[in-house]
Amino acid sequence: MRIPLSALIGLFFTITYFLMAILAPWIAPYGMAEVVGDVWEPSSAEHLLGTDTIGRDLLSRMIYGGRTTIFIATMATALSFITGSVLGFAAAVLGGWPDQLLSRFVDLIMSIPSLIFALVVLSVMPVTVPVLIVVMGLLDSTRVYRLARAVAVDITVMDYVEAARLRGEKLAWIIFREVLPNALSPLVAEMGLRFIFAVLFVSTLSFLGLGVQPPQADWGGIVKENKEGIVYGIGAALYPAVAIATLAISVNLVADWVLNRTTSLKGGRG
Amino acid sequence: MHPVLKLITQRMALGVVLLFAASILIFVGTTILPGDVAQSILGQSATPQSLANLRAELGLNDPPVARYFAWLGGVLQGDLGTALTNGRDIAESLGGRFANTMFLAFWAALISVPLAILLGLIAVRYRDRWPDKVISGITLTSISIPEFLIGYVLMFFVAVKLGWAPSVAMINDTMSLGQKLNAIALPVAVLTLVVLAHMMRMTRAAILNVMQSAYIETAELKGLSTFEVIRKHAFPNAIAPIVNVVMLNLAYLVVGVVVIEVVFTYPGMGQYLVDHVSKRDVPVVQACGLIFAAVYIVLNMIADIVSILANPRLRHPK
Repeated sequence: MRIPLSALIGLFFTITYFLMAILAPWIAPYGMAEVVGDVWEPSSAEHLLGTDTIGRDLLSRMIYGGRTTIFIATMATALSFITGSVLGFAAAVLGGWPDQLLSRFVDLIMSIPSLIFALVVLSVMPVTVPVLIVVMGLLDSTRVYRLARAVAVDITVMDYVEAARLRGEKLAWIIFREVLPNALSPLVAEMGLRFIFAVLFVSTLSFLGLGVQPPQADWGGIVKENKEGIVYGIGAALYPAVAIATLAISVNLVADWVLNRTTSLKGGRG
Repeated sequence: MHPVLKLITQRMALGVVLLFAASILIFVGTTILPGDVAQSILGQSATPQSLANLRAELGLNDPPVARYFAWLGGVLQGDLGTALTNGRDIAESLGGRFANTMFLAFWAALISVPLAILLGLIAVRYRDRWPDKVISGITLTSISIPEFLIGYVLMFFVAVKLGWAPSVAMINDTMSLGQKLNAIALPVAVLTLVVLAHMMRMTRAAILNVMQSAYIETAELKGLSTFEVIRKHAFPNAIAPIVNVVMLNLAYLVVGVVVIEVVFTYPGMGQYLVDHVSKRDVPVVQACGLIFAAVYIVLNMIADIVSILANPRLRHPK
């Protein structure tokens, strides 16, 4: 199997980012909240990206921030996939009123923009990492639900599902042994996009001051902390832009490749 | 009754139902969730007495259903309640801000919609050649960066380094239209960039979809010029998807505005909402959330109605 160059580049950067997130304490030159220099020092040999608004090493904060951002985004994506796909498959397999009930409820949630809904909910909830993950994951699971249900509806009319039903298999068997293996590839491609969306979403929330709380670092928070520097021509707040954009584009490239590969396998649109 | 009229009535009824359901959802989201509003507002150090006072003041001791209907009744009569933080009437504070937000969104839409459709057409015309690849590359990048960061990147380079536009977008009533437009130049540019990418990609996909159908091939084979093919066969069939794309993105714009207003400290509704979320001012959050949701639902409804109207099979039933 040949991997196209774009997907290789995407894979390389994606893996690098994840490794940096996992190994943050060993890679980062300084501690996350350690004040090691002057305010907004330019980049130098000791501080590769300079220092931030209260003199912490920006590179270290970017690495630790990436860790938080990627961790939250990964957990939220996992949660949204588990709830979204299980409910979507169940709706497709069961049909009838459970399907109607779930689908109309999802329509309703999706009729409110997710950022607005998240803001409404976060106005009464304590803003902690688990709450963020649950809110983001559940809001995003509506998108996964739609896809999973659409894919599964096509699968449930297949003969082998019929055969499993006639054998008297239970709902869980049909979902996990018959539908899931056949629906996996479009879901995996979608997972990349949902992950990027989660990264952008948590960064936006943190930037608005409603996500990860200081002194914990995350990419959106770094922008918020350093935004005053922009007017004085200090670009410290712009590093997260580079990080988020490269991560998002490389995950996109990988997802594109997965999607293309699976559609051409089935002789589809390709 | 004409079938189209029936469909549209049904869709509008659905819109009204959605609006009510959304209001319930927003209300439930702020009241029945495990978080205690009074506790959140006063913080951990609140005394039991002040908690009880605040609960009574907010009417938290009434059953939720009664509170919901009291709130909804007020909203329907234009009474959005009073803000907890400063005791001002919310509807009054929102009026001007809503107009400001719409002003910003209007100019962003005015620039981005024609531009997106034009770029989409160019991308289809030169499909898989360099103009298509350049446009796709730029849009892919701008989709991959959150709005607020695009805002700061532009602010850094255009406003601070080049000095072409002001870096904050303060507007007030005494300014002339020209001054206002100058002030909102950057936020409009950011919003345009953000929705442009989505809109262009979707327009491109919609037109490509039409261009690949069998009747376009027939039209080409019977010798029509490219222009005629597009005008007579492709365009009428692409209207519905394109209008849909435009409406979806206008709805998206409404949300993007929230973040952009914070970046450029623009006195609009989004900034008002975000401010009050961090102050845990629940009535304001409910009111703003409801208005944003309503705008979003109405725009989506218009998108559906236009695509019903644009479908010739529905307009001329057998």
